[in-house]
Amino acid sequence: MDADRMGRSLARIAHEIVERNAAALNELALVGIRTRGVPIARRLAHTIRDVSRHDIPTGALDITLYRDDLMRHAVGPQPVIKKTEIPFSIDDKRILLVDDVLYTGRTIRAALDALIDFGRPRAIQLIVLVDRGHRELPIKADYVGKNLPTSLSQSVQVHLLEIDGRDEVEVHDASA
Amino acid sequence: MKKDLLGIADLTADDIHLVLDTAEAMREVGQRPIKKVPTLRGKTVVNLFYEPSTRTRTSFEIAEKRLSADTLNIAVAASSVLKGETLADTAMNIEAMAPDMIVMRHASSGAPYLLARICKSRIINAGDGMHEHPTQALLDAFTIRERKGRIEGLKVAIVGDLLHSRVLRSNVLLLTKLGADVWASGPQTLVPPFLDALAVHVTTDADEAVRDADVVMLLRIQHERMTGAFVPSLREYFNTFGMTSARVANAKPDVIIMHPGPMNRGVEIASDVADGPFSVILEQVANGVAVRMAVLYLLAGGTEGD
Repeated sequence: MDADRMGRSLARIAHEIVERNAAALNELALVGIRTRGVPIARRLAHTIRDVSRHDIPTGALDITLYRDDLMRHAVGPQPVIKKTEIPFSIDDKRILLVDDVLYTGRTIRAALDALIDFGRPRAIQLIVLVDRGHRELPIKADYVGKNLPTSLSQSVQVHLLEIDGRDEVEVHDASA
Repeated sequence: MKKDLLGIADLTADDIHLVLDTAEAMREVGQRPIKKVPTLRGKTVVNLFYEPSTRTRTSFEIAEKRLSADTLNIAVAASSVLKGETLADTAMNIEAMAPDMIVMRHASSGAPYLLARICKSRIINAGDGMHEHPTQALLDAFTIRERKGRIEGLKVAIVGDLLHSRVLRSNVLLLTKLGADVWASGPQTLVPPFLDALAVHVTTDADEAVRDADVVMLLRIQHERMTGAFVPSLREYFNTFGMTSARVANAKPDVIIMHPGPMNRGVEIASDVADGPFSVILEQVANGVAVRMAVLYLLAGGTEGD
């Protein structure tokens, strides 16, 4: 997926969000999962403002403290924790949870637990740029940029302008 | 990071920054409506305190509970030690119950090192005799970094009972590792010889230490550890070293005043300074919880050596 396709996918998702939530745009809030869900959430907020004249509050969520594999590995240092910044109440909001890649679903499970510790949203919808399959939990995205069938031995890397200096999605084979 | 946190001496500058950065994220947890995350669920932490402590023990306990650990407080009164059990035996008994971490305070310098050699559990030193108090130095650094944006290049004056202070040693080690300009001041009778080996300016003139300081850190006059006559009287100590508004006026206009507690008002610090606009003493206490959460989290995982 190149920069052009990524831009079009995100624009389409922004339009879908506005369409499906037309009656409740003022209840929407975007929460990006660190690291790469955050810039994607900001871009969506930007496009939604252009399309609908609505400012959607945007936050950042670090799910490290909620991971289910955190204390299972006896080897290696702990993952670095970054700050969670949700500068608004999520009570009764329709939360649009944003991540770059949907894979096993475990990150989303952790994010749901984390979000619910912040309050009681009216609903949570899931947005992902890439769905690569291989779910291990019963989780499904509401908005998908691209379905990308992969094998378990492959890895999917999302590069974003804000973090990596370019917009691109790459699939690598483990052997490469 | 290593398996245990026994002293600042064992940490690199990178380790210190990792703890402070992690503490930033942990502080946010304390501002949520539900101040608890499931990170240490199923882990047992024993708080083993051989010396009385309110602030440090409470701070550790809150930190442990916010990370969902199961906590157990053992306050070992001097009398039960007199029953005859050695520290090593106590340690082996606790180890037999397989806790994941032990937070220990002891009146003897080096006691946590003995524990760390015997136990597989992670050991966190919560103050050992006159040796180190690493989490205090880390929370002090966190407070300074938050207020000043950096630690490198700041003039930090530490004034008080230098000899009996584990807070001094940990702070000097940490602040010099991060490039601060550290000054220590106290009566000649209370200057420990180890300071000569460190990059610290030592002076018996409190005003020289405080002049143009960015940070003034006071140390308690520790009556309970003083077996000799170190100062003629507390009144005279206050006149020579006590932090009054007049002394503070010589520091930088945006100086911060710190104290690890418990304070002796009218001895090392005047009441109006302790409660005044430059004081960050209660911020230190608040930051202590976030810093201890960071330490517990970082030690709970694997280590480079595993």
